[in-house]
Amino acid sequence: MELLVAIIIGVLTCCAVFLILRARTFAVMLGLTMLSYAVNLFIFASGGLKIGAGTVLKATEEYADPLPQALVLTAIVIGFAMTAFLVVLSIRARADLGNDHVDGKLPVAKNTRQGASS
Amino acid sequence: MNHLIILPILWPLLVALLTMLPPFDQNLLLRRCLSVGGSLILLLLSLLLVIQSTDSPAQLYQLGNWPAPFGISLLLDQVSSLMLCLTSALAVAASLYASSGEDENGPFFHALLHFQLMGINGAFLTADLFNLFVFFEVLLIASYSLLIHGGGKAKTKAAVHYVILNLVGSALFLFALALIYGASGTLNMLDLGTKVATLSDTQLQLLQAAVALLLVVFGLKAAVMPLHFWLGNAYSSVSPAVAALFAIMTKVGIYSLLRVFAMVLQDAGFVASWVFPVLWWAGLLTILMGVLGVLASEDLRKMASYLVIVSVGALVAILSLGTPESVEALLYYLVHSTLATAALFLLADLIAHQRGKAGDRLVNGRKVAQPVLLGAAFIVVALSIVGMPPFSGFIGKLLLLQAVPQGSAMLWFWSVLLGSSVLLLIALSRAGSILFWQVAGSDTEARMAGSRRSIALMLLVLASPLLSLFAGPLTAWCKAAAVQLQQIANLSPGAF
Repeated sequence: MELLVAIIIGVLTCCAVFLILRARTFAVMLGLTMLSYAVNLFIFASGGLKIGAGTVLKATEEYADPLPQALVLTAIVIGFAMTAFLVVLSIRARADLGNDHVDGKLPVAKNTRQGASS
Repeated sequence: MNHLIILPILWPLLVALLTMLPPFDQNLLLRRCLSVGGSLILLLLSLLLVIQSTDSPAQLYQLGNWPAPFGISLLLDQVSSLMLCLTSALAVAASLYASSGEDENGPFFHALLHFQLMGINGAFLTADLFNLFVFFEVLLIASYSLLIHGGGKAKTKAAVHYVILNLVGSALFLFALALIYGASGTLNMLDLGTKVATLSDTQLQLLQAAVALLLVVFGLKAAVMPLHFWLGNAYSSVSPAVAALFAIMTKVGIYSLLRVFAMVLQDAGFVASWVFPVLWWAGLLTILMGVLGVLASEDLRKMASYLVIVSVGALVAILSLGTPESVEALLYYLVHSTLATAALFLLADLIAHQRGKAGDRLVNGRKVAQPVLLGAAFIVVALSIVGMPPFSGFIGKLLLLQAVPQGSAMLWFWSVLLGSSVLLLIALSRAGSILFWQVAGSDTEARMAGSRRSIALMLLVLASPLLSLFAGPLTAWCKAAAVQLQQIANLSPGAF
């Protein structure tokens, strides 16, 4: 199970890095969302992975570490808020700057002088 | 328990909420009074905390009375009370300056300003790493909104970079926190400090990975060399009052570096073997990059932004020495550089207003309407930033130079810092002579600065002579703060 969780976190992070480097606001936003999924899983795993352990104290003999759960909950909420802000900002940037590149202007294509049309 | 400790967090929250409720939400004048009054009360409160923390042991405030490793705790010592005081002094100037018209661009300016103060104060007070993350996010989301407050293409463009970079930084911060929790089983700074010595080799390796990530996160916040590219555009496109408040934002990164590396992790061997050397060279390179930016700047606001980077470089380099003398020098220079750059941001805006179309660009333009006031302010600020006597920059840089031990470190630091000072002197005197002497055209449409703007500017400009006038007691106080910081590092949370 540890290996599986590690692979999932790794794959999510790789995809996130790829998407963020695309430098288009929508792709970056998806990338950041994926990165926050990876982070949340990672925090969750930091308390140790257990099977069949209770989440509530005294309900079972063995229980999962409660602190990472509290941390993950906070991180999820903050991540949502930040993503929502970025969505609004991206729409604003698209309207203000006329394109969806994070630099605010489209890179000039190699084979044309005009650059890609927006 | 001393409940005053939590007030610097709760009071700005209350003020921010009040500004959005009737009768304040409809009346700009009331909102301005509330905002400036709120900042003044915050200043008094933090002065009270400074007095309380002086010559007395550090105090731990347990939220909800949960004991330290389980609950969240706030820590008040001399260093954190100094930072609170600096923040609220900037807040007074920023809210006063914004009250002269900048806050009309949007309804929530003052609310956002106080939300940001809440985040900054929280970050300075907290003794819990995860709580530090939460307060970082609070201050960041307020700063995102303040950055684009008023709108415009340049602001939107700078904001997109700033927001995305900081979101990636936050994700890395969380990775680091999870690694630290996995390795040591605690996120409380004091608890972590005592546990570091007992960790096994595998756990220490995990901790090293976490520290490398933290270095990137705090370096991004502080704008250290390879991570500084966002700052120039962001700081030069925001409105002046916000820029003055943002002068403390990079210092939040420096403060976090100081807390976590110099205090919490000082027992871990790897901090001395690779973290501090990395910070040392990054700091020196940051100074060089900042100076290049200052020389290449085409307007005064951009110049001020790069001056922030220069001061960050000096602070990070001196931080990496890890001795009490270096912390003393760091604290004094931090206060000086924050106030001086904030003053320069306000000054740049006043000059831009009075020069018509030329703005604060370094080109020939109309004569400023108040050459005596603005010129005198410029001379004080510029000489202070360059480090000329009798202003505070001279004493600050002297302390920095003295804190460096003899040997190759001294050779590098002295040559970089003194060389950068010469180049800054050239750049700033060039800027000053163009702005004030190379005048063309008539000054018939001269616009005088309002009294609120002048008072806000004077508050920050006069801080520099005051800092050097009271340099003796101040440096003694900073020395005591540095000693206290070292002592706290060896305490466990149960010792309070």
